[in-house]
Parts: sequence; structure tokens; C-alpha cells
Amino acid sequence: MLPARFDYVAASSVEEAIAAKAEGGDEARILAGGQSLLPMMKLRFATPSKLVDINRIAGLDAIRSHNGHLHVGALVRHADIAASGAVSGAVASAAPWIADPLVRNLGTMCGSVAHCDPEGDWNSVLLATGAEVVAQGPSGRRTIDIGDFVQDFFTNSLAEDEMVVALHIPVPSGRSGGSYQKLERKVGDYATVGVATHLELADDGTISAAGVAMTSVAPINRKATDAEALLVGNAPSAELFAEAGEAAAAAADPRDDVRGSARWKRRVVAAFTQRALAAAAEQAQS
Amino acid sequence: MEITININGTDHTADVEPRRLLVDHIRTGAGLTGTHIGCDTTSCGVCTVLVDGTPVKSCTMLAVQADGREVTTVEGLKSADGLHPVQQAFSDEHGLQCGFCTPAMMLVGAALIDENPAPSDDEVRWAISGNLCRCTGYMNIVKAIQAAAAAASSNGDS
Repeated sequence: MLPARFDYVAASSVEEAIAAKAEGGDEARILAGGQSLLPMMKLRFATPSKLVDINRIAGLDAIRSHNGHLHVGALVRHADIAASGAVSGAVASAAPWIADPLVRNLGTMCGSVAHCDPEGDWNSVLLATGAEVVAQGPSGRRTIDIGDFVQDFFTNSLAEDEMVVALHIPVPSGRSGGSYQKLERKVGDYATVGVATHLELADDGTISAAGVAMTSVAPINRKATDAEALLVGNAPSAELFAEAGEAAAAAADPRDDVRGSARWKRRVVAAFTQRALAAAAEQAQS
Repeated sequence: MEITININGTDHTADVEPRRLLVDHIRTGAGLTGTHIGCDTTSCGVCTVLVDGTPVKSCTMLAVQADGREVTTVEGLKSADGLHPVQQAFSDEHGLQCGFCTPAMMLVGAALIDENPAPSDDEVRWAISGNLCRCTGYMNIVKAIQAAAAAASSNGDS
């Protein structure tokens, strides 16, 4: 299958990429790993008139801890994250479960985040950890809270002359932990259900901050805010996590489809939330 | 646009449309038909090639993206010394049935052995988890990759 015709620009700097994207207007797309974009173009779900390839831009492949956050550049592949010693919590937990090993060798975290597929795993991880997206436009860089970045089904809040250059994922200085639990029919399939958790503990052992977000069970990746509110201020316990699991299940809005019934998926959300919270607490306490 | 890709040690220069996929370029442009097209939707992995040593799905990469890079296909596994250990092991261990997924499985196996000279059963299964064998011949594929790893490290020792 061939994609529809498009103009191709291999940018050698972020500035050049932004200018080329702006010229193409809303029909121009950035090509990073291409593991979601190219399949959509081959199926003609996407027909951009211009692709701006950023793979030859130097310096976008950095992954490092810096100033209390993990910096993930626009060309960091899923496989780089899975192999990195710099990652922890929900990020480290999710990385091996993104797509399959071959796709992980090319696909990028920033690209997946910008794609805003509600069945994509990373946006749940970023919502749970409270990450920020770093966007660059002609007048410089700005950071966008992930909650504001993910606008809708396949829709982000970037302007036409902006591209994602990095993600900043908080790395708390105190005791913290996180996990991503994913149910998939086979390697490489989209999540039937995915749940990301992030917990921070105060000195007295109670939960000082909590993040819970879900994949594939709502029109976009969704934070379970009621579950988060239940957790904060309390000591970690199996009962508390079961209660949070029920709150997350109530916040989910799954659909009946080939992967299962909505009713069953809600039960999976409850169970996975509970498990992912227990795993996060165990990490934070160790 | 004009691109030059080093395929199996030989530079191939061609004028291609930006929308041409790497797999089509390898098969039609370079005439190397050992790289197969299966699902054509990034699911089955039979189009796997190594780009600068890393296994990727060539149906989900544009030929222009490979400009200036090194691509290894199944035809490039064999050297002047004979079959690659992974090729010999697939033959010895009967690691193929219909053979359609075999070029991809061997390339993934070769890349794995380069990184991990003694992969466990689980590590092999994890590495090939992006590649489908519709004959379900996985048992012997895993055995063959492990046998190749053993053969490659004993050759290295001697």
C-alpha cells in the first residue's frame, strides 16, 4: 500500500522543521518514528500534504534526569526508554509494553504523545505523573501541562507552527513509585485496558500525591480524579486501593467492542488500578 | 528525490518518490525479494530488515528515510565464509515450515545474538514477539536462535 503523495522535507534543525511545518499549515505533519503516522497514511486515514522528517536533527535524542524531572527528547525511541537506567516508576513500567520490539526500535515517546490516540499508553503515564510537553515555535519554547495538551481524540493543542521537542516528567525527590498495568490480546495490539499510577509518600508514610490515569476506556486518556482524591492524605492499604479501584471504574467510560464488553472492562479497570497502586506503594516504601 | 542506501554492503542510488516504502524499494528497486510483504499494516514483521544494525519493519519506513544508511536484508547474512550461524541453525533445527517469516526471524535472531550472546528462552521469545509465524513453528525458531547463539560464541572462542 502506498500513502497518498506528499512533499518531503528532511529538516536539519528544529527551526527549519518549524518553518517547514508552518508553511504547510494544518496539512503538514512532523515525521519522527512514523509508527502510527505511516500506517494511517497507507490506509488513507491521514493524507498530509507535507511531511517534515526530524530524524536527522542532532540533539533531540537525549534522555536524562535534570532539575527534578526526566527530560525525553523528540527522537528518543520507546526502546531507548526501555533500556535506559535513568527512568523509573510508571515510565519504566510501561516502556516494555509499548507496541512490539520492532515498533519500539523506531517509534518515539514524543510522537506517540503528540498523536493523542486514546488507545496510546504514554498519555496515561504522563497524566498520572503530571508531565509537561515542551513545544517550540518561531518565538521560542513553552511548556504545556499534559492535561491541556491532550485536547481530544487525535487532537493536541499545538499551534501549526509548533512542534514537540521534549517531555518533562517529574522525578520526585522523596519516596515515590509508579506502575503501568496493561491488558492486551497479543503483543502489539492496543490495550484492552491500561492503568497508570503514581504515588508520592510523606515522611509519616501517608500518600502526599497520587496520579491515576486510564487507557482505552474513554474517548481520550482519562485521569481518575475521584480515585486520586481518595488516596491523598491516607496511609497505603489494600482496602484503600480497592476503594480507589472502584472510583476509577466509575470514572471509566468503556465501550463494547471486539476486545470485550464495557461491563467487563470496568472490572478490569478496578482490578488493574488496585494492582498498579499496590505496585507503586511497594516501590515507594522500599 | 535521489537517495543512496547501502544495502548488504553495496551502494544503491536511485531516484524515488518520497512516498515509496523501504520494503518496495528493496524488493522492486534493488531486486532483493528475500524481504517479504505480509500484512503491510505494521503487524506481522515479515518485512523486517536491519537499518544500521537495528531490526525495523520496512513496510513502515520510507525509502527516503534510509538515505545514507546501511540496510541488511536476509541476502546480506551470508558471508564469504558461508552461511551465517543463524542460517545454519535454522536449517539444522528445522526452524522453518513454509519459510515466509524466516528471513525476518533470522534477522531478528542475528540482531539479538549481536547484543546478547547467550539469550534465554524468554529473551528469544521476547525478541521475536513482533514477528508472526502463521505455521506456529515457534518452538523450533526459538531452538534455532539459541543454537545459533551457541555456535556463534563457540566460533568466537576458537
